[in-house]
Amino acid sequence: MNFEPRIVGFLCNWCSYTGADLAGTARIKYAPNIRSIRVMCSGRVDPVFVVKAFAEGADGVLIAGCHPGDCHYQEGNYKALRRYLLLKRVLPEYGIEPGRLRLEWIAASEGERFAQVVNEFTEQVRGFGPMNFKDSLLESMKNDVMIHGEPETQATGEQR
Amino acid sequence: MMKANGKSEGLIRLEIDGRTVSVPDGSTILDAAKLLGIEIPTLCYSPLIEPYAACRICSVEVEFSGGKRRIVTACNYPVWEGIKVYSDNAKVRRIRRMIVEMLLARCSSVGVLKDLAAKYGIEEVRLEKQEEKCILCGLCVRVCAEVVGKAAISFAGRGLHRRIATPYDRETEDCIACGACALVCPTGVIRVEDTEGRSVAHEELQLGPPKAVTVPFLQAVPNAPYIRVDRCIHFQTGGCGHCAEVCDRDAIDYEMKDEEIEVDAGNIIVATGFELFDPSVMGQYGYGRYRNVLTSLEFEHLNSASGPTGGRIMLANGDAPSVVGIVHCVGSRDQRYHEYCSKVCCMYALKYAHLIKEKTKAEVYNFYIDMRCSGKGYEEFYDRLLAEDVRFVRGKVGEISHVPIGEGEEGKLVIRVEDTLVGIVRRIPVDMVILCPAMKAQPDAKEFSRVFSCSVGRDGFFIEKHPKLAPVSTTTEGIFIAGACQGPKDIPETVAQGAAAAAEVLSLIDRKEIEIEAATAVIDEERCSGCRICNTLCSFGAISFDEQKKVSVINAALCKGCGTCVAACPQGVIKARHFTDRQIVSEIEGILR
Repeated sequence: MNFEPRIVGFLCNWCSYTGADLAGTARIKYAPNIRSIRVMCSGRVDPVFVVKAFAEGADGVLIAGCHPGDCHYQEGNYKALRRYLLLKRVLPEYGIEPGRLRLEWIAASEGERFAQVVNEFTEQVRGFGPMNFKDSLLESMKNDVMIHGEPETQATGEQR
Repeated sequence: MMKANGKSEGLIRLEIDGRTVSVPDGSTILDAAKLLGIEIPTLCYSPLIEPYAACRICSVEVEFSGGKRRIVTACNYPVWEGIKVYSDNAKVRRIRRMIVEMLLARCSSVGVLKDLAAKYGIEEVRLEKQEEKCILCGLCVRVCAEVVGKAAISFAGRGLHRRIATPYDRETEDCIACGACALVCPTGVIRVEDTEGRSVAHEELQLGPPKAVTVPFLQAVPNAPYIRVDRCIHFQTGGCGHCAEVCDRDAIDYEMKDEEIEVDAGNIIVATGFELFDPSVMGQYGYGRYRNVLTSLEFEHLNSASGPTGGRIMLANGDAPSVVGIVHCVGSRDQRYHEYCSKVCCMYALKYAHLIKEKTKAEVYNFYIDMRCSGKGYEEFYDRLLAEDVRFVRGKVGEISHVPIGEGEEGKLVIRVEDTLVGIVRRIPVDMVILCPAMKAQPDAKEFSRVFSCSVGRDGFFIEKHPKLAPVSTTTEGIFIAGACQGPKDIPETVAQGAAAAAEVLSLIDRKEIEIEAATAVIDEERCSGCRICNTLCSFGAISFDEQKKVSVINAALCKGCGTCVAACPQGVIKARHFTDRQIVSEIEGILR
């Protein structure tokens, strides 16, 4: 059976998500392996999300934001770049190839480029093959990425 | 102009051709004659420059109080009390006729001398004819030295070999290409040419360098002239200054500097317009090589009643064209340049065809891919032109050349085109070609979009927030777009968009309050450790530190909700509304199930 990698894409609302939308409205075909999550800015992507995605069974993670200088929030994409470089060094500690994580700048007008990046990245991840964690490592990963935030039981006024 | 120079306030009375006039001391006879409206011919005289009396054509006869008579040159002879001047008696006419005859012998085809010859009744030049163009009046040399303050040209050689030349007959750096010499030259022998090789545009459209004092364009608001510092002689050499001299209102101030004005605004409408595609990159159309290949904008200028020809449609040689070709879609609907349709060209091409027919009776050919005449009354106009016998050839023009092959192609521009309706390749000889270049985005739209954090599309035009529901808004609150900066469009559409953008702004101003994004970040004060990592991350200065509580606080009005601080909080106590950690993690879990 062919290995179909599962890829999680974190797309910024203003550039990459719109670019992906453009790829869709322009009926551009691209690999169906990506599952997109919209965030307002690539700077919103907490490194924990990436590790969490791998722990949950993703074979690759794509973070896409606006081109440098084009960030809707001025410099959120630079923050994303910092965290990406950090992750590149952290991921091997879990036995994850750094190549399974990719950061791309995709503008709202670059529907074709979005499709191209997704296709390329899918092939790249396919090359790595399926993820293969030992149960103990998986357990420790899941512990590492405990999501903070308000306690689950306690309903506050802010919860929406 | 009187050169009173304030030496003396005294007036001097004199008589010219029997009429009495009083002029200030220090004036010349020419000044006095001008005051009386008596015309004395001049060649080497310019009011801007000290008189020189080189050509002697302004010779007049003066009778002094003692009855003594003398021939003097009016341009530099100062007035005396009680003199009588004869500006056009038989003796003066005889002298002038001789001068003109000698000048005409030297320069037998110069228009201004021919006119003078006709005036003084010279039918045959008795001297040996030469074909010089320069009458050695020295105006150019003097204007360069006196007004411009440079010495880029001067007299060279002596006697028979006297001529005007640049130092060592080479291109000189002293020349600032101001064009003053060409302006004053009475015979028109000095021309300003572009040595970069673009001497090919329609001559009528390129009358020397642009003026240094100009209004930005005819309908500019405010419609006030300004000085182009890069062209102004004064700013290059410190000379000239004539505009300040002639301005009655003392409105000219050379000390004025460009200044940056800061304006506090809550809303901005971006209406930066478009740029015209430069067709010279499409070598096959010969724009830049053939003088009679024009862009639509150049033709518009030529055709304008306030343009250089007063609206007369003519070729580079001044003749009216007998066949005109209009080439649609130059650089638009073209995979190599711009894929999009430029939208306005079909209709203005039809307008041109109509006007050319009306003004010159010329045959007009339109070369089109598709006629796109959608709009109120547009199709009807197209039908009307079909009835007016305007020729329409469906096909993209392959080449425009001046090489004659067939009959009737001599001296014409030949348009080679595949007529796709007939299915043959045709060669159509024309006199003038009008190219309809694509409307393209401003070259600096990209940098501009960064300033306003709105985005540009693949074609370089600004992207609206939503093509149907928010056509003049951008992704940034308070920034609106209108007109051709958003995409090619005609005037009615541009006006509608401008009005829409203005209405959007007004509705925001009128409401006196604005809605802010609900998706902001909030800090749980109870659990904030006060580490202040988030404080430096915010690009909008929305996060501050509460010194009393020792916690960071987010100002919801300033927060744009990007979530950068949320991802950075080591305690995880900042929550991005609508994009909480829990929500995103649930999404991750959901899509990987």
